[in-house]
Amino acid sequence: MIAALVDELRAALAPERVRTGSTELGLYGRDASNISGTAGAVCFPISTEEVQACLRAAHTHKVPFVARGAGTGLAGGATPLDHALVIVLTKMNRVLSIDPINRLAWVEPGVLNLDLSRQVAHLGLHFAPDPSSQQSCSIGGNVANNSGGPHCLSDGVTAAHVLGLEVVLSDGSVVQLGGSEAEPLGLDLRGAFVGSEGMFGVATKVCVRLTQNAPAVRTMLMDFDSVEDGAQTVSAIIAAGMVPAALEMMDQLCVQAVEAYIHADLPVDAAAVLLVEVAGLRHGVETDVARIIEIGNSHHARSVRIAQDEAERALLWKGRKSAFGAIARIKPNYYLHDTVVPRRMLPKVLRQVYEITERYQLQVLNVFHAGDGNLHPLLVFDKRDPGVMERVLAAGEEIVRASVEAGGVLSGEHGIGLEKRDFMPMMFGPADLAAQAAMRRAFDPAGLANPFKVLPSPAACGDVQHVPEGSWV
Amino acid sequence: MGVIDLAAFAEAVGSSGAVTITGLGTRDGAVAGVRCVSAPKGIEWVQPDEMIASCGAGTPVQELNAALAQHGQRVAMPSSGTVGGALAVGHSDIRRLGDGPIRDVLLQARYVSSTGEVVKAGGPTVKNVSGFDLCRLLVGSRGTLGFLGDVIVRTRPIAARSQWFGASATEPYEVFCRLYRPVSVLWDGEAVWALLEGDAADIAEQAASAALQPCEGPPALPTGSRRVVPPADVATLTGTFVAEVGVGVVHHAEPWSPPSVDERAAKLEEALKHEFDPTGRLNPGR
Repeated sequence: MIAALVDELRAALAPERVRTGSTELGLYGRDASNISGTAGAVCFPISTEEVQACLRAAHTHKVPFVARGAGTGLAGGATPLDHALVIVLTKMNRVLSIDPINRLAWVEPGVLNLDLSRQVAHLGLHFAPDPSSQQSCSIGGNVANNSGGPHCLSDGVTAAHVLGLEVVLSDGSVVQLGGSEAEPLGLDLRGAFVGSEGMFGVATKVCVRLTQNAPAVRTMLMDFDSVEDGAQTVSAIIAAGMVPAALEMMDQLCVQAVEAYIHADLPVDAAAVLLVEVAGLRHGVETDVARIIEIGNSHHARSVRIAQDEAERALLWKGRKSAFGAIARIKPNYYLHDTVVPRRMLPKVLRQVYEITERYQLQVLNVFHAGDGNLHPLLVFDKRDPGVMERVLAAGEEIVRASVEAGGVLSGEHGIGLEKRDFMPMMFGPADLAAQAAMRRAFDPAGLANPFKVLPSPAACGDVQHVPEGSWV
Repeated sequence: MGVIDLAAFAEAVGSSGAVTITGLGTRDGAVAGVRCVSAPKGIEWVQPDEMIASCGAGTPVQELNAALAQHGQRVAMPSSGTVGGALAVGHSDIRRLGDGPIRDVLLQARYVSSTGEVVKAGGPTVKNVSGFDLCRLLVGSRGTLGFLGDVIVRTRPIAARSQWFGASATEPYEVFCRLYRPVSVLWDGEAVWALLEGDAADIAEQAASAALQPCEGPPALPTGSRRVVPPADVATLTGTFVAEVGVGVVHHAEPWSPPSVDERAAKLEEALKHEFDPTGRLNPGR
């Protein structure tokens, strides 16, 4: 079956853009998660018509397909299962048009997040979602996962920055969802598609909103003797009616790892460090900075460091964004979690995270979007240690459960994918899951678009198979 | 967490026969000639340090805003009618440029489905990508996918200062391009109005840079039609109108026949409505 599909694809695309060699199948058999699958064939379309050809062929041969961009996803959303056809969109990477006055751009899905911001920087604009992987992740992947990032605290996640989409559905037909209009008539199909993790179709063009760069930006670092003081500072800032551009926290082990890596003179003896950025017009920014320092001091901040210039600001942010590179100095492997809890529950859930990881004899670093309660416990380990993977997975599940029990949710920005699919019943009952399955059926009645993800099998009526055994590494 | 029991509402909606819903009747109200229900009202809780609030869908927006104002917060939706009505119709307020669209306001909804079941969509936190975004689909669905029972909405701080400014302008972008993230910029072909919020000194500097004078605002909005056009088309509008610059929502004096939707998109809508309400019993005709 797959051989006939490959022949058809080679005729429709170009032979060199349809690959079945073991190198390509291995390379595209996984994403940035710890989960591996098996790809049947890998193709690299360069136009909407070619994506249509891929999906028509997959439809004819009833072969499931997985669309992917840079593969930076951490939840296994782009991991192909059961020899699916992998459709790599990285060659569709053109910025098609920019409207600098109304601040919109049409882009292809393979455009890298940071490349778009760089291309519009001379207009005083940027694309607001800024995942830590923004140097390498694609806009198409941002759409699929409704990606966030530190600056989503004030500006909102990807869904708030996507106006329109051109999508190829699993039968090969093309549909425009939304457009440059703010409120298209009818159901918000564009809104429904964002965050659908590749299970509704393949986006081939994206109309994004561009955001004005702030005239004034102040970035500061506050450090605390206890995680509680840091977390309560976060709640107090929000309760005081301020929404900083970003409000990030790192715990001691994380600060130490980062400092050893980038040498930014970070306070390595502090229990917690807050990175706060305020952006806007100059008077308002200065007022907010003063109020935030006052709030920090009343919660026993040991020191406040305000970046004096753009170089120092960049250095502080480099510390935050390179945390995942820095941990390689501690252990060779990591497992990054992503849950959200109400801000006021941060101290309690962080205590639980430390307790759980200690019980499983694992090291944990915390570096996270404190402003919106988005935790990122980073478990570090050496997978050559016997039995360590089982402990990592068991600790991870307990962390997710503790977050949901605290009134939180399963994922803030990484998505569900394969990783948390079977955790969905922690948050949703059978009727809730059935409604989500109904959404998917309307978009993809054939059930060929990235099957077996997000929805646990009982609710996913079209998906009769189960995840192959041994998909965890 | 919630104190509102949706069982009685679910029973009222039932599982068969046409049924419609109305709140204060400020938008289109009930479908004529169809059995009518109303959603529960009342504020369940306000959590100012989480910037979220929960209420019955039948709660008047003004009542929710009054409760939020005690904490220096508000909800970004038009102030008339009920919370559920504003969400079900999905029209943003004229502050959309600064506040973002109303569809970003809904974090979690419990609704009654066409089979009379209570279904939960979304989650209680401001950031959440757990599963498909059913909340986005519910906003603007005019009750055709389910009837909203209670909701958790995101709130926003009320700005320290808020002031409308005006200037005459035959080119709508002259003012728009000079301002940093204004809350609203309106244009009627001859004059422009801008709503600026934040620090008083910043507002004064912004207004001066765009040669704006303090004025009464907003202008009265024509009610013949509410059009949605690509924002670039605002500059070419004719007739009597007030346009939201940078957004593309136009309040026009004359009625409007909307352009037909993409045929494949219309089929998708039909498929969704069929999945959620196969017999078309919820708000028939909407």
